[in-house]
Amino acid sequence: MRRFLLRRLVLLLPVLWGVSTLVFLVTHVIPGDPVDLMLGETARPAQREKLRKALGLDRPLLVQYGEYMGGLLRGDLGTSLHQKRPVAALLLERAPATAELALAAIAVTLAVALPLGVAAARRAGSIIDLAAGALAVLGASLPVFWLGPLLIIFFSIGLGWFPVSGRSGPLSLVLPAVTLGMALAAILMRMTRASLLDVLPQDYVSAARAKGLTERRVLWLHALRNACLPIITVLGLQLGAMLSGAIITETVFAWPGVGRLTIQAIAARDYPLVQGCVLFIAGIYVAANFLTDLAYAWLDPRVRLD
Amino acid sequence: MRRKAALWIGAAVLAALALSAVAAPILSPHDPYAQRLAEGLAPPGGSHPFGQDKLGRDIASRVLHGGRVSFLVGFSAVFVSALVGVMVGAAAGYAGGMWDEAVMRVTDVFLAFPGILLAIALMSVLEPRLSNVAISLAAFGWVGYARLARAQALTLREREFVAAARAAGARPGRVLVRHLLANLLSPIIVEASFGMAGAIVAESGLSFLGLGVQPPEPSWGAMLAEGRDFLLIAPHLTLFPGLAIALAVMSLNILGDGLRDLLDPTQKR
Repeated sequence: MRRFLLRRLVLLLPVLWGVSTLVFLVTHVIPGDPVDLMLGETARPAQREKLRKALGLDRPLLVQYGEYMGGLLRGDLGTSLHQKRPVAALLLERAPATAELALAAIAVTLAVALPLGVAAARRAGSIIDLAAGALAVLGASLPVFWLGPLLIIFFSIGLGWFPVSGRSGPLSLVLPAVTLGMALAAILMRMTRASLLDVLPQDYVSAARAKGLTERRVLWLHALRNACLPIITVLGLQLGAMLSGAIITETVFAWPGVGRLTIQAIAARDYPLVQGCVLFIAGIYVAANFLTDLAYAWLDPRVRLD
Repeated sequence: MRRKAALWIGAAVLAALALSAVAAPILSPHDPYAQRLAEGLAPPGGSHPFGQDKLGRDIASRVLHGGRVSFLVGFSAVFVSALVGVMVGAAAGYAGGMWDEAVMRVTDVFLAFPGILLAIALMSVLEPRLSNVAISLAAFGWVGYARLARAQALTLREREFVAAARAAGARPGRVLVRHLLANLLSPIIVEASFGMAGAIVAESGLSFLGLGVQPPEPSWGAMLAEGRDFLLIAPHLTLFPGLAIALAVMSLNILGDGLRDLLDPTQKR
């Protein structure tokens, strides 16, 4: 396991370097002048020159790249132009809210996907299976920027059960978490059903039944445990979709996380902050994929030998 | 049989949506840009079946015209993504060695950006134009096609018909285009239908965030963003554009599922 861990860590380094370089290229090499976008085309040359200097854009590209990479290695993501504070500090302030939302969304995903997936597999071809399939198609087709407002209309405005927006206690977490978790729940439910259908005809499942175990025990303890590898993989891979979904969900519910910070930074044309946010989200995604790999290897020793 | 029916339903709904988008100038009951401020936020009824927005513009007409933006951007983004991805991936899989390794490492980097994050980053520095939205979506969309085409090419290059073409003296370029590409189209078509659904959601998402098509141009995402401020008093502003997105995405997902069963029976569940 230690060798596997080391090998995966070494493979991670070029990806992290590539990600930081791509973010630099996007914000520095793409045609179009960020100074123009920030100040508008009517700005005076002196104003433009001052901002160009503040952003470090007056120096050769390679020097800018060297300083950018050096800063990253020291954990320095630059300073926000508008808030005049280090980008890293702003990100660390907002990260707990995003983490809270993501964890709650994963909880919603598992609470919806596993029971429905198990029920659909247990009664494959039945009305329950059909209904679960239809629900999965529906869940995967509702964009978060529509589902969010719909939930607000019904549950906040109509029934008054939850706050419309903001982060003010556990109740305010429910609607954003459901919004964010629903698409992943749809995918995971289909995966759970498919994995279980692969596992259920196996001999050890028949053996468990022959021992006289209840159907619930057979399904949840024996079959699901062995069907969970592809489920974990999908969950890990879909975390990325969840992170980018968080950008929109946080905007819909005015949730004060990194996603909302990203959009606020873009609206304010605060490029160092935009750059920091994008790097942060991509970094979390890379780390989540890495942990998925580790979980996979831990659960299935054959993976370590590949 | 049930799956085939679903495929036809998906195709029919998609065709109806696409046709209504194409024929929007004829089908629209009103000018999508015409403002009637005194009738702002009017509920559905009369000659405005979906109601009117805050500026009194007809929502039905704007939903129809918004479909043009969504389908145009979705189709362009998927076409460019598939073209670039398939060429790069198939060439990598067929050639192998250094080229394959280099392409895979580059795709690793692109795959480290979750969902539409790269498109959001690109649109933060590009002018919010239709063509730029399609380019930014294709900038991360090509990777999936490249991986898929590479995996297919790796299998296909060992097959007898490829060896036969090589033995007959065909040059690598010809083998790639005439023999490999023709045989890896099925999974690409399936991927493209899911990709189109993703591109429509992504375009609407960018417009919702204010990074896509700009007002007064009608776009489903931008209409949802406008409706957000009036959820309490005029939920119809949010209901209809969202319904259009959900219908388009659902029909494409159902179509993709059906095509996968039809073209690639090994993937059937």
